Amino acid sequence: MDNVRRPQPLLQVEGLHASVDGKEILRGIDLTVNAGEVHAIMGPNGSGKSTLAQVLAGRESFSVTAGGARFLGHDLLSLAPEERAREGLVLGFQYPVEIPGVSNVYLLKAAVNAVRRHRGLAELDAMEFLKLIREKMQLVEMPDELLYRSVNEGFSGGEKKRNEILQMALLEPRLAILDETDSGLDIDALQVVAEGINALRGPGRAIVLVTHYQRLLGYVQPDFVHVLAHGRIVKSGGKELALELERRGYGWLEEAPAAPAREAEARAR
Amino acid sequence: MAQPATKLDELVGREYPHGFVTEVETDTVPRGLDEDVIRLISRKKDEPAFMLEWRLAAFRAWQKMAEPHWAHLRIAPIDYQDIIYYSAPKQRGEGPKSLDEVDPELLKTYEKLGVPLHERERLAGVAVDAVFDSVSVGTTFQAKLAEMGIVFGSFSEAVRKHPELVRRYLGSVVPYTDNFFAALNAAVFTDGSFCYIPPGVRCPMELSTYFRINAKETGQFERTLIIADEGAYVSYLEGCTAPMRDENQLHAAVVELVAHERAHIKYSTVQNWYPGDREGKGGIYNFVTKRGDCRGANSRISWTQVETGSAITWKYPSVLLRGDNAVGEFYSVALTNNWQQADTGTKMIHIGRNTRSTIVSKGISAGHGQNTYRGLSKVLKGAEGARSHSECDSLLLGDTSGAHTFPYIEVRNPTATVEHEASTSRIGEDQLFYCRQRGISPEDAVSMIVNGFCKDVLKELPMEFAVEAQKLLGVSLEGSVG
Ligand SMILES: Nc1ncnc2c1ncn2[C@@H]1O[C@H](COP(=O)(O)OP(=O)(O)OP(=O)(O)O)[C@@H](O)[C@H]1O
Ligand SMILES: [Mg+2]
Repeated sequence: MDNVRRPQPLLQVEGLHASVDGKEILRGIDLTVNAGEVHAIMGPNGSGKSTLAQVLAGRESFSVTAGGARFLGHDLLSLAPEERAREGLVLGFQYPVEIPGVSNVYLLKAAVNAVRRHRGLAELDAMEFLKLIREKMQLVEMPDELLYRSVNEGFSGGEKKRNEILQMALLEPRLAILDETDSGLDIDALQVVAEGINALRGPGRAIVLVTHYQRLLGYVQPDFVHVLAHGRIVKSGGKELALELERRGYGWLEEAPAAPAREAEARAR
Repeated sequence: MAQPATKLDELVGREYPHGFVTEVETDTVPRGLDEDVIRLISRKKDEPAFMLEWRLAAFRAWQKMAEPHWAHLRIAPIDYQDIIYYSAPKQRGEGPKSLDEVDPELLKTYEKLGVPLHERERLAGVAVDAVFDSVSVGTTFQAKLAEMGIVFGSFSEAVRKHPELVRRYLGSVVPYTDNFFAALNAAVFTDGSFCYIPPGVRCPMELSTYFRINAKETGQFERTLIIADEGAYVSYLEGCTAPMRDENQLHAAVVELVAHERAHIKYSTVQNWYPGDREGKGGIYNFVTKRGDCRGANSRISWTQVETGSAITWKYPSVLLRGDNAVGEFYSVALTNNWQQADTGTKMIHIGRNTRSTIVSKGISAGHGQNTYRGLSKVLKGAEGARSHSECDSLLLGDTSGAHTFPYIEVRNPTATVEHEASTSRIGEDQLFYCRQRGISPEDAVSMIVNGFCKDVLKELPMEFAVEAQKLLGVSLEGSVG
């Protein structure tokens, strides 16, 4: 950890403030994510976890009022959502959106080819794409039938989440932000999704997991755990922090004066 | 930290791609309308006496009629004496005997529009009749169809070669007394397509007419008549475009379909007349009367329409379900963007026993577009066991557009079942964000979402035109959600 020259961080968020309808939700977020790392973000309901994920993914309904974020050294906030996805920052949605009449496979193919075009690769034709998707679907144990249904329409909660992981596997992002991909999954499905997430891990990639449960973190071991409360990271630690939260809840942190626990402290441990 | 706001309404504003004008010499009658103009048109077309009589009767009826007014249309008054009722590309002598004799400028026009009349191989499987302003300029595959007894070509030609068929069927579905625009059309219509499929014949290819308004200040009044005799089948498609002009142009067409026993007519329209500019200036007034008559038992008529053009669209393709067990279908996508207005829908009139009708209507409104669905399901006393089902969905893009649904239901037979469902939704910012976060451009995302919304209708179109229609929806919407 104490190399002389650290590689450029994948994501660097500094003093990020964001609000919606004049209401401030993120109140100074600092976060650095390096390639190869897995970060877990935990925190009470309404603390701003999804807001952070969406602001990083480019949702325009939130306005960034102060601070900034860099992705691979570029100004992240000046990129449109599709540019972020093509550059390799992809969000797995807490609530995947239904698109009636558009078949899942159509959306997936359009997405894969949009990203490939951006990377200077040839677009996949129908046959090539089918081959690719079959391979990836095994990973999340998704039945074929879900490919031909409308995007997320009538999917069960668990099917929606698998579909999000399938998209990650297809798009191969450099930074995957997974917002509660573990919520609403049965015990077996949780394991399948966890394996899917582990398959995404790699030296060039990083994952940010927003989660409420230690359970997922038992399968996908995080390098860092951060606690978000009232729009700030109030504590950061290693994977043992998640266990401590499971025992003690969030009360002890929220009451503490909001001394922003710097990531650097966590790293220094 | 301002982000580049790619709002949906910045995505529209793409120029109408078919807005060019073709320079051809034209043969034009003086503006305005009286009996002399009608006589002149009839003489130019060398029509038999019964046609002239019919036109004059229509004209006299029209003079007594009042122009209709609609609650949901914003319309500039039309001066019917300021319109040119006949304009045709000038011909040397007789008129073209084959496509090789057609003015190359005209062929080029259709080429540009993607309807190459000359390179037949590129339109394999589709026979095309092309109507330029007031007259038909050429029909492909005519000889091949004739071998099977199929008559397909311009209306004028049918009047000359098959006067008995024309006389028997003309006005038998839409009489000139039907409405103001139908009467005007009957008086002045100049050309259109005619099609007759003999008993038991399945037309082996799609028949298609491509309508083009070119001349300035002219109205286009075409008339289409399709007859499917007992057990016959035909699939027919019409496409339309017009140059961009600042003045509104009037298009008042009439389409009559007759299906005899066990016959099936499938009529598809992709309408992309010039819609006017972003401020609502110019564009075509599209007032069309389309009606099908399921005259025989077990006959079937299906209307499928994709309406993306015109400043104002006013049309209600309808079916008279007269034969027992007859089936009427109406599948419609109407898209209005900028200042376009559409008032469209259908009328299904159940007369025979066990007649069935299905209505699927998808309205999309963007910009300041106003989209009205107006439909009638009517079951007459004798229509024992009739069933009608309609489904009308509206999709709004942005918050300055509007959707209105007026279903009218009249049931006079207690054994009938009539159902109506309606929904209105707004294209979600969340749907858009979801697609974009998968790397898909906002334009492609909007077009994907809208096409998904219209899927149940688009799947009714013949394959090659479904692809066209999908592209058209994408283009018509570029820059449109808020
Ligand atoms: N569009 C919006 N308009 C108004 N308030 C919003 C909006 N989006 C989020 N908020 C508010 O911002 C706060 C943070 O929401 P966010 O969804 O980020 O929480 P979260 O940490 O993800 O919660 P959960 O664990 O329940 O998913 C909440 O109080 C929420 O009500
Ligand atoms: Mg959340």
